Amino acid sequence: MKPNKKKEVLLKIRNLKIEGYTDETWVPIIKGVDLTLHRGEVMGLIGESGAGKSTIGAAAMGYARDGTRITEDSSIEFDGMELTTATEGERRALRGARIAYVAQSAAASFNPAHKIIDQHTEAPLHYRLKKRMEAQEDAIDLYNRLRLPNPEEIGFRYPHQVSGGQLQRAMTAMAMSCRPDLIIFDEPTTALDVTTQIEVLAAIRDIVDQFDTAALYITHDLAVVAQMADTIKVLLKGEEVEEAPTKQMLDNPQEDYTKSLWAVRSFESPQRSREGRECLISVKNVDAAYSAGPKILDDVSFDIYEGMTVAVVGESGSGKSTTARVITGLLPPQKGEVLFKGEPFPADYRDRNKEQLRQCQMIYQMADTALNPKVKISEIIGRPAKFYSGLSGAALKNRVDELLDLIELEPSQYYNRYPPELSGGQKQRIGIARALAAEPSFIVCDEVTSALDQLVAEGILRLLDRLQDEFNLAYMFITHDLATVRSIADEVVVMQNGQVVEQGPKGEMFTPPHHPYTDLLLSSVPEMDPEWLTTLLEERGLENIGEAASDNIDPDAKKVMPSDV
Amino acid sequence: MEDIATLFYFGMSPSVFAIVYFAVLLVASCAAAYYNQRSAFLLIFSLTLLSIIVGIIGGASALSMIAVTAFVIAMAAMMSYAFREFLILIVSTEMAKELRTAPLTAAFGMFIIFIYAIAGIFAPWIAPHGEAEVIASAFAPADENMLLGADQLGRDMFSRLIYGTRNSVGLALTATLLAFFMGAFAGLLAATKGGWFDNFMGRVADVIMSIPSLIFALLMLSIFGPSMPVIIIAVAIIYAPRVFRLTRAVAGNVVVMDYIEAAKLRGEGMWYLIRREILPNSTAPLIAEFGLEFCFVFLLVAGLSFLGLGIQPPTADWGSMVRENATLISFGEITPLIPAAAIALLTVGVNFVVDWMLHRSSGLKE
Repeated sequence: MKPNKKKEVLLKIRNLKIEGYTDETWVPIIKGVDLTLHRGEVMGLIGESGAGKSTIGAAAMGYARDGTRITEDSSIEFDGMELTTATEGERRALRGARIAYVAQSAAASFNPAHKIIDQHTEAPLHYRLKKRMEAQEDAIDLYNRLRLPNPEEIGFRYPHQVSGGQLQRAMTAMAMSCRPDLIIFDEPTTALDVTTQIEVLAAIRDIVDQFDTAALYITHDLAVVAQMADTIKVLLKGEEVEEAPTKQMLDNPQEDYTKSLWAVRSFESPQRSREGRECLISVKNVDAAYSAGPKILDDVSFDIYEGMTVAVVGESGSGKSTTARVITGLLPPQKGEVLFKGEPFPADYRDRNKEQLRQCQMIYQMADTALNPKVKISEIIGRPAKFYSGLSGAALKNRVDELLDLIELEPSQYYNRYPPELSGGQKQRIGIARALAAEPSFIVCDEVTSALDQLVAEGILRLLDRLQDEFNLAYMFITHDLATVRSIADEVVVMQNGQVVEQGPKGEMFTPPHHPYTDLLLSSVPEMDPEWLTTLLEERGLENIGEAASDNIDPDAKKVMPSDV
Repeated sequence: MEDIATLFYFGMSPSVFAIVYFAVLLVASCAAAYYNQRSAFLLIFSLTLLSIIVGIIGGASALSMIAVTAFVIAMAAMMSYAFREFLILIVSTEMAKELRTAPLTAAFGMFIIFIYAIAGIFAPWIAPHGEAEVIASAFAPADENMLLGADQLGRDMFSRLIYGTRNSVGLALTATLLAFFMGAFAGLLAATKGGWFDNFMGRVADVIMSIPSLIFALLMLSIFGPSMPVIIIAVAIIYAPRVFRLTRAVAGNVVVMDYIEAAKLRGEGMWYLIRREILPNSTAPLIAEFGLEFCFVFLLVAGLSFLGLGIQPPTADWGSMVRENATLISFGEITPLIPAAAIALLTVGVNFVVDWMLHRSSGLKE
C-alpha cells in the first residue's frame, strides 16, 4: 500500500445525483455523493447490489446509462474539466484515452470477431497516439508486465481462445493502452474462480502501481478491496455511509452498516457427524461425458448421509455441476451408479417414478432463470405440492402459505406476485420453497449464494441450515466459495478435473496436511488483512499461484503441509 | 373544380394564401426560437426555407400541397393522440401503463384498426346500398347518392368497399389464425421434443417453403376450385412454416432455462411444459409476428383476388375491386386505387402497431 500522499486532485465529484426513469417518474438512484480522487490513488467503492457503485463508476466518465440522467446541480470535475456541462464530443475524447473502463465480464465485453491485439490497439490508433506497429509492441510489453503466458503470441488469438482470467488481464492491458489517468474497474474478478482471481488481482495492482494510475475499484467483496485500495468508500442505497483509508476502515469501522458488512460470515452451523444416520445418496465410481465429448467425470465416488451437508468444491470445469446432473438423472453416467438408500436409482430421470423424483430436488444458482417469470409465486410453489401430493383448493393455499412462512416471506404480500418483481434474495427463497414443496429428503444446491450479496447470502445460508434441522434434509452444496463451505458444510469433497482429490469431514479439510490442490484453493481465498496478497506473493512466488499452479498439480499427489509448497 | 381549388387554398386567393402561409411559418419559427424550443425551431424554420425554394419553382399551388399535407399529418397526429388518451382512460391500469409507452404511430395504427373493425362488423348498417345491388349505369360518376361513384356493373363503390372490409380482412384473419395455430403448435412441440421429431418437422417446413407461395396457392386453387375454405387452408399451409420456424427458435431459447429443467425433473408432462412454462414466455414475439404475417396474408389474398382466383364475385373484395375497375385508370380516374389505398392503409396501420410491440418485446430503449 502506498501512503496517501497529498497529490493533485484528479477527479472531484460533488453532490452527484442520478435519477432513473421507472413507472413514468424519475426516481433518485444516487442521492448526493461526494468523491475526491487524487492522482495515483486507488479508491475502493463497496456496497451491495443496488447501492449505485457501477452508476457512480459510469458517472465518473460523464456517462449516464439509458433511462438515467445526471441532475443539473451535480458536478463531476475531471482534471479541471466539468463533465456535466461538457459536450458529448469532449466527453468522448476523454474516454479510452484518459479514462478507461474494465468491465465485469471480459468474455462478454470483448468482440468475439476480432483478435485481442486489434481491439487493444483500437484506442491508441483512434486517438493517433501511436502507429499500429508501435501500439502492438506496446501491447506485447503490457502483456509481459501482466505476466500473460506467451506475451508475443497471445494477442493474436481470438477472445474465445483464451481463458477467463487471461482475458480479464488482457482487458486491463487494453485499458492501459493509452496510459490513462484514471481506470474504473467494475467488479473485474467477481466472475472468476478464487485461484484465477488472485492472479488478476496481483496483475492489476502491479500495473496500476507501475504507471501511477488512479483507479476506482468497484466490488462487493471486502477482502478483495482490502488488497487493492488506498481508501475505501462504503455505499448504501445511493448514499455514502463512510469513507476512510483502508487500514483504518478495516480496523475501526464507524457506522453500524459497515460493521455489519465486516461481521458477515460469522455464521457457522454446528458440525454434524455420520453416526446414527443412514446413507441417503451414494455415488459409486461414476464416469460421465456429454455425448461424444471428453470425460468430464472420472471415477467419482462419495456418500451423502441424511440430514447432513456435503459441500463439493473446485474450480469451474472441475465437474461439480456435472456430478449434480448425474445424481438428478439429467445426465446418465457412462459407468458406475447412484444408489438411494442402498437401492439403485434409475440413471435417467424419465425412468424414475414420482416418489423417486420428489426425493431429490434442486436449487439453482441463477434465481432469474430458475423461476418462470410469467407464472405467479403461488403457482410456482403450489405446483410441486399439487403435482406430488395432489393438494387442491384450500389445502393447497394453506400449504403455499405455510411454505412462504417457512422461507420468511409474508404470504399475503407475495402470493399473487411474479418473480421479476422480487429482489435476488427473495427469488432465491422462492426457489428454496419450490424445492421444499415436494417434501424431499435431499436437495442439490448449485452455487445458490454466489450471485447474491454477502448479507443476503448469509440470510439464505441461515435459512437453509434451519430447514435442514427442521426437515432432516441432506444437502449437496456445490460451491467455489470456501467461506460458504466453512459456514454450512459438514463434509467436504474437493474436485479437480473431474476427479475427487480429497474428501472428509469439514474440520479435517481445513486443518493441514492438505492435498496440494486443496491447499491452493484455501490459500487463494482473500483475507481481510490488507497485507495478505503481498505476503502470499512473497511466500509462494508468482509461479505458484493461479491457473499455472493448478495445472501443475497431480490429482494423485500426496498430502502436504502448507509450508512445503 | 372551382370549389376544390379554393378548398386547397383554404378559401383564399392564391396570393393571399402565399402571404398567410409564410406569415404563419415565420411567426411559428420566431416563437419557437424565443421560447428556446430548439428542435421545433429547426423543423419549422427549415420548412420555411424549403417553402421559399418550392414557392419560387412551383408557385402557390405547390405551397398549398405542402400546407394540405402538413394539415393532414397534423390531423392524423391529433387523432392518434386523442385516441391513445381515450384508450388509456377506458382500459385497466395495467394496460394503461403499457399504452402510455406507445408512440403516436402505434396509436394511429390502433385507430386505423379500430375503424376497419367497426366498418367490417357493422357493414350492413353502414353501407348505403347492398353488396351486389346494381343501382346505376356502369362507371357512373360520384353524386349525392354514391360517394365514390359506381363500378363496372353499376354497383355502389362505397358500399362494396365497406363490405370488402368484412370479406378481405375476415378471410385474411382466419387464414392467419389457422397458420398460427398449426405453426406455433408444431414449433412448440418440435422445440420441446427435439431429436428426430424436430428434424422431421424442420424438413417438412423446408419443403413447403421451397415452393414459391403464389405458385403453390394458384396450384391448390386450380385443383380444388376457388372457394373460401380452400383459400383459407392453402394460405394457412403456405404461412405455417414461417410461424413454425419462429416459434421453434423462440421456444428453443426458453427450453434451456433452468425452470424448464426444474419442471422436467419434477416429472411434468409435455402438455404442461408447453402450456404453462414455454408458451407464456414466447407470446410477445409471436404476437408481433402475427401482425406482420397478417399483412403478408392480406396482400397474398388480395393478389389472388386480383388474379381472379380469390374471393369470387359478386362478393366484394378489395383485390378483385382493383382488377374489375382497372380500366378506369387509363381515363385518369383514381377510383380503382381507393381499394388499393384501403389495403395499403391497413397494412401500414398494422405495421405501426407491430413495430411498437416488437420494440417492447425486444426490450430496446429508444
